[in-house]
Amino acid sequence: MKIQILGTGCSKCKTLGERTIAAAEELNLSCEIEKVTDIAKIMSFGVMATPALVVDGKVKCVGKVPALNELKDILTEV
Amino acid sequence: MKCCAECGCKPKAASRNTTLWIGGTIFGLIVWTAVYSQLLPFAEWAVSVLPIPVSGKLHEAVLFFLYDTPKVFLLLTLVVFLMGIVRSFFSPERTRALLAGNREGLGNVAAALLGVVTPFCSCSAVPLFIGFLSAGVPLGITFSFLISAPMINEVALGLLFGLVGWKVALAYLVLGLGIAIASGLVLGRMHLENGLEDWVRKTQVAPPLQDGAKMTAIDRIEAGVDAVQDIIGKVWPWMIAGIGIGAFIHGYVPSELLGSLMSKDTWWSVPAVVALGVPMYSNAAGIIPVAEALLEKGAALGTVLAFMMAVIALSLPEMIILRKVLKPQLLAVFFGIVAVGILIVGYLFNALFT
Repeated sequence: MKIQILGTGCSKCKTLGERTIAAAEELNLSCEIEKVTDIAKIMSFGVMATPALVVDGKVKCVGKVPALNELKDILTEV
Repeated sequence: MKCCAECGCKPKAASRNTTLWIGGTIFGLIVWTAVYSQLLPFAEWAVSVLPIPVSGKLHEAVLFFLYDTPKVFLLLTLVVFLMGIVRSFFSPERTRALLAGNREGLGNVAAALLGVVTPFCSCSAVPLFIGFLSAGVPLGITFSFLISAPMINEVALGLLFGLVGWKVALAYLVLGLGIAIASGLVLGRMHLENGLEDWVRKTQVAPPLQDGAKMTAIDRIEAGVDAVQDIIGKVWPWMIAGIGIGAFIHGYVPSELLGSLMSKDTWWSVPAVVALGVPMYSNAAGIIPVAEALLEKGAALGTVLAFMMAVIALSLPEMIILRKVLKPQLLAVFFGIVAVGILIVGYLFNALFT
């Protein structure tokens, strides 16, 4: 499973990154987490508001930092 | 600045009672009204407990602070909550789709209006900018949006309404829209497309995401609550600082001084406050208590409005963000035109109102 955090480095993007790692750890998921900070690459996902969460190439959440529980739901849905 | 409450995440609707949520919201509004009506007695009581001489400058300043702080907090909570709900009906994707088919003129008006209600976060300004252009939204219309979105926000309008009165709030709204529309029109006519950084035009943009799952009433209330946590959590230090400065002005700065420095007869006061306001950065929550105190001390309305607009709409951090997509000359033209618009508003208001 590949998780990508899209964001240009604002505080929300960092929060999303930390929270996603925490969620993945609690679920014992084996996954690869990548931070995407390049705007051109962010745009290639069709995302216009950061931060955004991408799981296995699919955009799951845009412009918001979900709560830990919501994140766990998103990660288990896949 | 706010980060957006809109989200593509799938809402978890299971096992949640809509009646309970709406009931809770109504209950919250009732409690809000009750607390709000008791603010002045509370502030007076709190000051009387403190060991401060009853009539004096310190007394005035402390009373201002103790009355304004809870008042601003309450007002902000209500306005941000309601606006969070309104914003859950809009998303950057939807706004872009609405603007893509528009021509200059009407398109600028639509962009400025949508700037008020679309969730917007300054950290998303660059992706939003590129996303709009790539969808065929003309440059001038994109600028209209980019000017109105940060300047006319719920925090500014709500606080002006509560602290200074509805007339000033309405004036701020109308004039802010006017500046966004006019500046966008002028920038569009100048055909400055080659002022964009080269990589902006080369960027390949994926087609817009489809709208997320349909939001329920609970999701919208939740969006309001999220907005409150998010925005209040971010702006409270600014607010306290702003109210502190306002309290100082209220208690210690003599009216004669401000009345002459910032009066409408002092022709240079409008350009002076704009020049002062551009490098300053504060959000609306910090600057409006200051504006309230300035107005009360006899500063001219146009001068104060120009100051607020310059502080909120034009700032160095914003300049640095936009520099990523705009070449220096286009950036300078952009800031110049908006600053001229603010100057005109200041003079116009000082001329029309006494």
